Amino acid sequence: MRRIELHVQGIAFWAPRLPGWERARAILRGEAAAPAEPAARPSPALLAPTERRRAPDTVAVALEVAAGACASAAREPRTLPSVFASTYGDLAVSDALCGQLARAPLETSPTKFHHSIHNAAAGYWAIATGCAEPYSALTAHQHTFGIGLLTAAVQTLSSGTAVLYVAYDIEARGPLATMARSRGILGAGLVLDTHPSDRSRMCLELSVEEQTGCIPTRARAQNEALVAGNAMASCLALYEALAEERAREIVVALPGAKALRLALAPRP
Amino acid sequence: MRVSPLTITSYTATCAAGAGREALARALASRRGGLTPCDFSATPLGTWIGRVPEIERAALPGDLAAWDCRNNRLAWYGAGRDGFTERVAAARRRYGAARIALVIGTATSSVGATEEGYARLLEDGQYPPELRRPIIHAPHSLTDFLRNALRLDGLSMTIATACSSSAKVFAHAERLVRLGLADAAVVGGTDSLCGSVLFGFHSLGLLSPEPCRPFDRDRRGISLGEAAGFALLEPQGEGPLLLGYGESSDAHHMSAPHPEGRGARLAILEALASAGVSAEEVDYINLHGTASRKNDEIEAQVVAELFPRRTFASSTKGWTGHALGTAGILEAVITLLALERGLAPGTLNTESVDCACGPQIRLKNEPRAIRIATSHSFGFGGSNCVLVFGRERLS
Repeated sequence: MRRIELHVQGIAFWAPRLPGWERARAILRGEAAAPAEPAARPSPALLAPTERRRAPDTVAVALEVAAGACASAAREPRTLPSVFASTYGDLAVSDALCGQLARAPLETSPTKFHHSIHNAAAGYWAIATGCAEPYSALTAHQHTFGIGLLTAAVQTLSSGTAVLYVAYDIEARGPLATMARSRGILGAGLVLDTHPSDRSRMCLELSVEEQTGCIPTRARAQNEALVAGNAMASCLALYEALAEERAREIVVALPGAKALRLALAPRP
Repeated sequence: MRVSPLTITSYTATCAAGAGREALARALASRRGGLTPCDFSATPLGTWIGRVPEIERAALPGDLAAWDCRNNRLAWYGAGRDGFTERVAAARRRYGAARIALVIGTATSSVGATEEGYARLLEDGQYPPELRRPIIHAPHSLTDFLRNALRLDGLSMTIATACSSSAKVFAHAERLVRLGLADAAVVGGTDSLCGSVLFGFHSLGLLSPEPCRPFDRDRRGISLGEAAGFALLEPQGEGPLLLGYGESSDAHHMSAPHPEGRGARLAILEALASAGVSAEEVDYINLHGTASRKNDEIEAQVVAELFPRRTFASSTKGWTGHALGTAGILEAVITLLALERGLAPGTLNTESVDCACGPQIRLKNEPRAIRIATSHSFGFGGSNCVLVFGRERLS
């Protein structure tokens, strides 16, 4: 199985108790305490004021980390193809839309319908940044983070250009919450490139393990507790390793009982 | 970037116009469409739909019962046409289940089951017991079902970019195979009628009160349809080829195309470049052609600008309805039928062509030797994908 060697150029993270990468980095390294009160959801400055108010949580958090990852990589957002990964899409919008359809379907709101599509966050990102580069929006249930990261890596290598990767999930609401378990808001972003730059944070070597039995790496318990219950929480092991900035290998689950092995090394 | 061509060793599609390649080809040749007045929702909508009634009687086999819902029934019925599941089983023996990627596109997956749960909530706010199956309420439901039904164990994912979903699966699969992460790939998609899309498109004022008339001067909107379609992609073998693809974003509006067709033009040019073909070489284009006022006007302008007069372009949504996330694979299959059988389908229900259209857009079917054919998918959220197919490898 071939290895994919990439460079992490930009990092972003947002969760109510890890609000923004700079704070999250210090908390994940054990150098700062997590805020006692969860932060209010981010307000996507990229959107027009009316859209900012109406933006569902998925759009708000995805745009926050997408913009953060591009800024940390010093890359112009409209130059980057992107991969957006979410286990469930906008669970709050799905709850509202299904409730509306059961009560009074003819009163379905066009805005809710726009927000219900799985590529809503990716679409709003492209509109807000004027990015004509392609995006993909995907899911693979409990393997969403790993397959999304691999897809972004494949796209980076295939196109030879930097790619933005954004992963997010939000809290489930209403009756749907009994079937789709997810709590809190979590957004995570990366900018990956085939070449190093003065913004390179870490070298990242990806390889797919075909054999079964690889156990996915978990973040330290006190860190994991900060995002517990979110459907995208398994991404935290990678961000903990990125915060530590030392050579380390971690394993992320992939579909088909495969695993994505990530070898991280500080930039030379 | 040049694409490494992949052979489409098996393909199939099922929609209101026909189940499987033969039925679909006959419907196209005889210009018999599958749209009927909408009888799907309890609340009347006064529109036409492309419904596949066969699936309503056919529950999933016992070992797959956990995934039972309208969308997965349609996927199972569709995958059972044209010996597709047998061809996948043979590929599984050849490559091993772990080396075949499964890349599936869908706009709404089985959200119809979630809608049903909400419509039938018990007094305690819980779903009825038979709908308490978490997987059918997740957007990955369809792909998870197919992974189990086809017994594939390779990399798998759901691409959900609205109407470009099951076109983009070809691009993702090609990259996985080219980079050695899979030896072959099953691609496709399934979308079924549900309240979200019927009432969602109604809320946007986009549903036609009559069978849709793509590119007609007096077109009145879209007709929604349901469909399933699949293809097996291999590096070698007998069959037509995926020669290239182009992907882009409009970066303009969630449900209206860019006024100058910027994203559409980018995707077309990228697709042609990735295949190494010029616009003059394209013999047939299967257009997105939804029959919405805006889409058709802009797509027609872009086609008139980029392609010569001789290119034959048509929309087949008058036969099938707009299958949303599954339009990509459904129309890829229709394009492959045209390529392999030498019959370019025209445009159904359309009487007088909009003045925005160039001479490329045709209404009548035409026997025609087709060497290179393309298919357009331009979706909500401004996600575009154009596929290029051919009969032989190009030098």
